[in-house]
Amino acid sequence: MAEAKAQPSQEFEKVLTGSATEVASFEHDKTFIERLQHMLHSNPALVPLIVLVLSILAFSAILGAKFLNTFTLTLILQQVAITGIVGAAQTLVILTAGIDLSVGAIMVLSSVVMGQFTFRYGLPAPVAVLCGFACGAVCGYINGWLVARMKLPPFIVTLGTWQVFLATNFLYSANETIRSQDIEQQAPILQFFGASIRVGGAVLTYGVIAMILLVLALWYILNHTAWGRHVYAIGDDPDAAELSGVQVNRMLLQVYVISGLICALAGWVLIGRLGSVSPTSGQFANIESITAVVIGGISLFGGRGSILGMIFGALIVGVFSLGLRLIGTDPQWTYLLIGVLIIAAVAIDQWIRKVAG
Amino acid sequence: MTSGTLRGALCAAAAVAALGAGPAFAQDVSACLITKTDTNPFFVKMKEGAQAKSDELGITLKAYAGRIDGDNESQVAAIESCIADGAKGILLVPSDTKAIVESVRKARDAGILVIALDTPLEPIDEADATFATDNFKAGELIGAWARATLGDAAADARIGYMNLNPSQPTVDVLRNQGFMTGFGIDTVDVNIIGDETDPRNVCHDVTNGNEQGGRAAMENCLQKDPTINVVYTINEPAAAGAYAALKSVGREGDVTIVSVDGGCPGVKDVAAGIIGATSQQYPLLMASMGIEAIKKFVDTGEKPARTEGLDFFDTGAVLVTDKPVEGVESIDTKAGLEKCWG
Repeated sequence: MAEAKAQPSQEFEKVLTGSATEVASFEHDKTFIERLQHMLHSNPALVPLIVLVLSILAFSAILGAKFLNTFTLTLILQQVAITGIVGAAQTLVILTAGIDLSVGAIMVLSSVVMGQFTFRYGLPAPVAVLCGFACGAVCGYINGWLVARMKLPPFIVTLGTWQVFLATNFLYSANETIRSQDIEQQAPILQFFGASIRVGGAVLTYGVIAMILLVLALWYILNHTAWGRHVYAIGDDPDAAELSGVQVNRMLLQVYVISGLICALAGWVLIGRLGSVSPTSGQFANIESITAVVIGGISLFGGRGSILGMIFGALIVGVFSLGLRLIGTDPQWTYLLIGVLIIAAVAIDQWIRKVAG
Repeated sequence: MTSGTLRGALCAAAAVAALGAGPAFAQDVSACLITKTDTNPFFVKMKEGAQAKSDELGITLKAYAGRIDGDNESQVAAIESCIADGAKGILLVPSDTKAIVESVRKARDAGILVIALDTPLEPIDEADATFATDNFKAGELIGAWARATLGDAAADARIGYMNLNPSQPTVDVLRNQGFMTGFGIDTVDVNIIGDETDPRNVCHDVTNGNEQGGRAAMENCLQKDPTINVVYTINEPAAAGAYAALKSVGREGDVTIVSVDGGCPGVKDVAAGIIGATSQQYPLLMASMGIEAIKKFVDTGEKPARTEGLDFFDTGAVLVTDKPVEGVESIDTKAGLEKCWG
């Protein structure tokens, strides 16, 4: 190009040598605050990451080595593994400007299917696990079909299916817990994600590793594949996406099915964590996952945010919960602070948005 | 399609309404059972007991339940339905022990016998009678057992408490403080968890009474003090969660776990040595005695009595363990399994 510019072969190209050569760009001379605002806009996971680091530093300063050691830090990972996996499912849906209130119910129902299919019908455990995944996929398909084909608002759809799946769970399981010892003897594969790798003081359960791998895989897919960009496009502006050739309905259906599958995975991990299959667990998984997503800086209006932010959001909640318990405060303070964090996160999101306007 | 869906929804709604209304005009004497939820095996067993006794005595029983623990509105609506229905007696497991009192008064003003099951109202005399487990005694039993089991080591035990929830409902306080009393720890104010000064109490955390909460609470407590060797749990699911946490750090062998409830999975955990001892309570008995009391009230107008020295009728709590100790009465897990619920 440079040579071509130096010696234009055509008469009308001579004007090129005198023209601007830099790439077209927005101007950011502005103040420090505005530059910060812009940086945060282009890296949505940065705010939660900063908050996470600050909160770890703060609790380390207060609690010292009791908090700042590999065992405690990996313990926090274990405690947020379920929220993190369910949060990944939630992230996909929220990126399409939807919301999924049924994630926790799908998770528990899938885990109950995995357990009961093994113990009630005597299926081999790996087959029962597959049935659990199928259950998650079917639940997700129902959500997706109602949202994409029936054009019902996701909030209403999943408010309904949340009740349906949860009631199904209680009716089907008769609220019977399958004991850890029975699972250990007859179907240890159900507890697969409870096994762990120990490196020094660090304890990484397979559940934690699954969460990390899942999130990294989804991060890659969302950022570097056409499918992933379409997810963002739908959340940003479904009409524009449709006009650009994205098959919005099919995409939505796929997103909800995948979200259901991820919830089923969370159900399997849940069995690993508890040892047992308990139909009463995961009652707040929907709220916890939405909390992680929001604190993670993902916009509830869709189309903006990073799945890495969700993990940071989940970890922030985990750090606060454990840190405050170690200090010995009333558990209500944890909820109060998390509430403040949610509002702060949304406020920051609104402020960052202004850079685009 | 939309109208079809709508019609389907209406049919479903009608079916639900019909189920809720139940067989209304079958017999003269009707009674209501209102539980916190209809998913907890404890209440499922309670319903079974009430139903069986009602069938035996020729009473029409209608069962209502809240959606979740703490759902007061559904229980208020249920009481109103029972009054409108002309029920003679109500067996109530209150979710919100204070808020429900106003509705209970209305029912009693309408001449209905109201018996609180499992959970006393606040104040307790707002109900005609209360049939419940003596939760303080249930706690005392496992406390005394743990102390006797540890022997001399009880003097420097490290105890972690896996409680119910942050609002410290009465059952939570009674079991917790009962345990301390049985173990020989000064409870300071017996109405408050956490005001004790005994150095043997190293940690209090909350579990919401389920596995997930039990696991997280135990993890938190181990962080606070890794030398914990006695674990009190509010119920057996919390105990199972605590055990999973102990197992993950290889401590499952040297910690004594005690619990309260006597559900079947819990008793099996006692048999397997996971839980050292548990205090078993008897929901079926509470319900069947409640129905009997209603029958008696209808026939003679007589209201049920209280256990001496208590302001309610104690339906009993029995220690279940395979390692009996001297001075604490107990039954073994075989006997416990015969009487367990859930």
